[in-house]
Amino acid sequence: MALKMVKGSIDRMFDKNLQDLVRGIRNHKEDEAKYISQCIDEIKQELKQDNIAVKANAVCKLTYLQMLGYDISWAAFNIIEVMSASKFTFKRIGYLAASQCFHEGTDVIMLTTNQIRKDLSSPSQYDTGVALTGLSCFVTPDLARDLANDIMTLMSHTKPYIRKKAVLIMYKVFLKYPESLRPAFPRLKEKLEDPDPGVQSAAVNVICELARRNPKNYLSLAPLFFKLMTSSTNNWVLIKIIKLFGALTPLEPRLGKKLIEPLTNLIHSTSAMSLLYECVNTVIAVLISLSSGMPNHSASIQLCVQKLRILIEDSDQNLKYLGLLAMSKILRTHPKSVQAHKDLVLQCLDDKDESIRLRALDLLYGMVSKKNLVEIVKKLMSHVDKAEGTTYRDELLTKIIDICSQCNYQHITNFQWYISVLVELTRLEGTRHGHLIAAQMLDVAIRVKAIRKFAVSQMSALLDSAHLVASSTQRNGICEVLYAAAWICGEFSEHLQEPQQTLEAMLRPKVTTLPGHIQAVYVQNVVKLYASILQQKEQAAEPEAAQDVTQLMVERLPQFVQSADLEVQERASCVLQLVKHIQKLQAKDVPVAEEVSALFAGELNPVAPKAQKKVPVPEGLDLDAWINEPPSDSESEDEKPKAIFHDEEQRHAKQRQPEAEEEELARRREARKQEQANNPFYIKSSPSPQKRYQDMPGVEHIPVVQIDLSVPLKVPGMPVSDQYVKLQEEREHRQRPEKDRRRRKKKDKDKRGKPRRHSSLHTESDEDIAPAQRVDIVTEEMPENALPSDEDDKDPNDPYRALDVDLDRPLADSERLPVQKHRNAETTKSPEKEDVPFVEKKIKKPRKKEKKHREKEREKKEKRKEEKEGEDFDFWLSTAPLPAAAPAPAPVRARESLERTLSPLPLREGARSPGERSEATRTRTETMSGTPRRLRSIRRRSPRRRRRRRDPRTRRSPRRSSLQVKRRQSPWRTARSLTSLSRPCPATASWPRTPTSR
Amino acid sequence: MIQAILVFNNHGKPRLVRFYQRFPEEIQQQIVRETFHLVLKRDDNICNFLEGGSLIGGSDYKLIYRHYATLYFVFCVDSSESELGILDLIQVFVETLDKCFENVCELDLIFHMDKVHYILQEVVMGGMVLETNMNEIVAQIEAQNRLEKSEGPRL
Repeated sequence: MALKMVKGSIDRMFDKNLQDLVRGIRNHKEDEAKYISQCIDEIKQELKQDNIAVKANAVCKLTYLQMLGYDISWAAFNIIEVMSASKFTFKRIGYLAASQCFHEGTDVIMLTTNQIRKDLSSPSQYDTGVALTGLSCFVTPDLARDLANDIMTLMSHTKPYIRKKAVLIMYKVFLKYPESLRPAFPRLKEKLEDPDPGVQSAAVNVICELARRNPKNYLSLAPLFFKLMTSSTNNWVLIKIIKLFGALTPLEPRLGKKLIEPLTNLIHSTSAMSLLYECVNTVIAVLISLSSGMPNHSASIQLCVQKLRILIEDSDQNLKYLGLLAMSKILRTHPKSVQAHKDLVLQCLDDKDESIRLRALDLLYGMVSKKNLVEIVKKLMSHVDKAEGTTYRDELLTKIIDICSQCNYQHITNFQWYISVLVELTRLEGTRHGHLIAAQMLDVAIRVKAIRKFAVSQMSALLDSAHLVASSTQRNGICEVLYAAAWICGEFSEHLQEPQQTLEAMLRPKVTTLPGHIQAVYVQNVVKLYASILQQKEQAAEPEAAQDVTQLMVERLPQFVQSADLEVQERASCVLQLVKHIQKLQAKDVPVAEEVSALFAGELNPVAPKAQKKVPVPEGLDLDAWINEPPSDSESEDEKPKAIFHDEEQRHAKQRQPEAEEEELARRREARKQEQANNPFYIKSSPSPQKRYQDMPGVEHIPVVQIDLSVPLKVPGMPVSDQYVKLQEEREHRQRPEKDRRRRKKKDKDKRGKPRRHSSLHTESDEDIAPAQRVDIVTEEMPENALPSDEDDKDPNDPYRALDVDLDRPLADSERLPVQKHRNAETTKSPEKEDVPFVEKKIKKPRKKEKKHREKEREKKEKRKEEKEGEDFDFWLSTAPLPAAAPAPAPVRARESLERTLSPLPLREGARSPGERSEATRTRTETMSGTPRRLRSIRRRSPRRRRRRRDPRTRRSPRRSSLQVKRRQSPWRTARSLTSLSRPCPATASWPRTPTSR
Repeated sequence: MIQAILVFNNHGKPRLVRFYQRFPEEIQQQIVRETFHLVLKRDDNICNFLEGGSLIGGSDYKLIYRHYATLYFVFCVDSSESELGILDLIQVFVETLDKCFENVCELDLIFHMDKVHYILQEVVMGGMVLETNMNEIVAQIEAQNRLEKSEGPRL
């Protein structure tokens, strides 16, 4: 035995620890994988030893390897062994490894229940803390159920350190074991008023997370939170509470009225930008909830917009970004107040920061009107040309389309212009959104009858120059537009000027390089074109010309018949036979045009995307009832091997069960839905974007090779949308009434120096612009008695649904959390249980009982209190807003809280200059192979230097009175100054940077 | 809620990977790589928020990051967190590291990944902010280190 011990300790001397492992990996750059697999073998040996220290060391190394992407789940049992070590040092290593790699699928996790329970009730607060932290990462429904009561007890621990951890972990427990929410809630609520600010903050955190998902259940807490808001000194807590109120106000407008005054006061008084921003956000939420009925809410809007403008104009990009973000929220309900800041938003479009440009784009969506649409789109088009990254360019493209098509194209006065914009967009290289443009072209052409003539002429030009669109970008999405172009030219061929030319363009050999589905559309529409040409020629009594066209068709169609795409092949074969037949008839001088055109007679109407789904099932129709006798099982068995699409067939076979129970019916319905989804001919709603994403995993990551063309592709014969800008301006000029002109003269006097066109665009009202051509936008067809509401938007798998419980209802006995006593019988299987010393259990039991009793008492009391509060809530809301004196402490609070909570950087008097770095660190960095790369903390720079860099207004002198210091140290200022400090500066720019060092 | 905390260097080498939602290891590495490529192409003087990590979360999630010398500290958070608050939290975390390691540099993070985790555990727990007061955090870390020392040498 002793020998073994000695042997063990000698072995250990040669073991690698974490540092050795890291060093080893750094020294084996060439054969890292090989080295690591060697290390894993060593670790496996170490894990086999009895010595817990060796095991812990091995597990520690495994945690590091996990970070590098190695699966360490095979060591789960060893990790549990280390977790159950008596020494804190090892326990902590074990729990860390567990928190990194355990999850619900880890089978050995059920062995941990008793160990964790033991640690939770350990006399050492750090054992408990470490267990709580670990558990928060890998809690499973079983663990949550078994440990809920223990954790709830810890919420009343004497140490605040444990209390706050226990409070936080309760959220995870609720998620995994929703039944625990009601019994634990009273105590959680109690913690909102815990003397320790950390615990209080944790409780606010948890309740905010809960309330975010199911806000209505937490309305009754509003008075309590209101009290906290006016008394708390912690910016974190304030931010959370204010965010929570933002979620609550839509449910209770009276709450909003009460909030608006203290929030406005906070906005005025606080110097913390983060708090100010959240206040503005919540005021916006309040204002949205009170759409009317508040006399002075325009003042609040103005205040918000004004504060946001300050944010947007700030040089700090973060504030700019957030300002734009909040602005878009106002836009939804109060577009007018935001539109006044159009200049600012347009300016942000030119920002170098992509995040900011994207935010500004979002805002533009709500800012367009009939008047400025052309101008804004023109600006966006110029950005499209300039944009360097494809992602941003694609974003611009979708935004242009969104902006133009919003609300049934309500802002478009000139559809010719819009078609030209779409055509111009087809010149984009390497965009993924060809299908979007195509969909728009189709939509406009179908729904705006007046534009068809123009659209057809544009589309035929596009088809003519198809080689430009399809050549370099063959595999890109842009060739999708040819799909739309072909269809439009075919369907509305009566509008074509030169149908024969288009026909020839569509029959070019180059077409066969297009994707199959586009070729299929080509083939189909070639026939439509052909039909209309035949008709024209016959009417003009030119039988030779008609025969020539037929001959052309017979010559060219075989190229499609040879297509590898089934759809193309099939259609082409049919068409070819048809044309050959016509040729025979033509030879006999039989007029055929009438009959061929009859193939495509009738108008196609647009159908609403969800129309099919909305068709109500007629009464008495059971879709799941059998029409015929269900075939026997044996029959379907025989069918199986024959089926080509065996997947589909199997589903049918499964369905053919004679019993039709409720469950069965539901399953069938599901199967039918599935089938419909797979059936390409079933007219269905457009798939949700999420689903579409699932269908084609990883499409986003396929690198798109960017083609760098120095000369932009110019398609000859295509109109440039710019000309419409001029046209519109001219028209506006003409239409402007005399009276209006006189009035403008006056205005122009005031605005001299500004560009004239701009000012006139701003001053006009929407009604002044008459559409360029008469358009009747055909609305989409919907079936009769279709329900307008959409109930299928809700996600039935929402994990937060289970937490939607009434918290004010008194607790029933059956809902109490399972206490360990119940579990003992069940957990006898668990091997860990034997490890728990018997004595300890004995002591624990009575204590538990006592506690439980106390808990019951307290809960009863709380229930009573709660009921009273529920009544109070209405009273609290109905009372008039607090007098101005009540929120008065706000400024003081804000100032006090700054230093304490967001801990701005204290001035470091003992800061060392770079030369003074400690000897130890220097030697360390010198021995390492890598170049030392220091986090540039403030400490490293000498105080004198720093002071010079800082704006004199924000300079903090340690001699100042503490209050003054606090006022200056707003957290956002700190954030900003630090951001600026983390930028390259001369002192650090000279650091050696070798790319190979790690 | 915080979904993930990632620390990696200018070359994308992970220094700390902490997910609060289960992802298999290879997906974790993919996320780290994707996040690295997202933040790498951003200048230091543009905003510290970005949307559009496709692997993690969804539209509700945002990446909030700070760049210190050679290291990126990236927090992936949902809309319940205050953006500026998280920026401050990153600062608190880094300053705490600085205090605990005395002039922290990347090498500290490389060789003491476990300690960095322990520090992080005192700041964020299970994806929720546990403590923001640096003195409190440092006090708890030091107490635990003392406890560890009192238990004798690790090996």
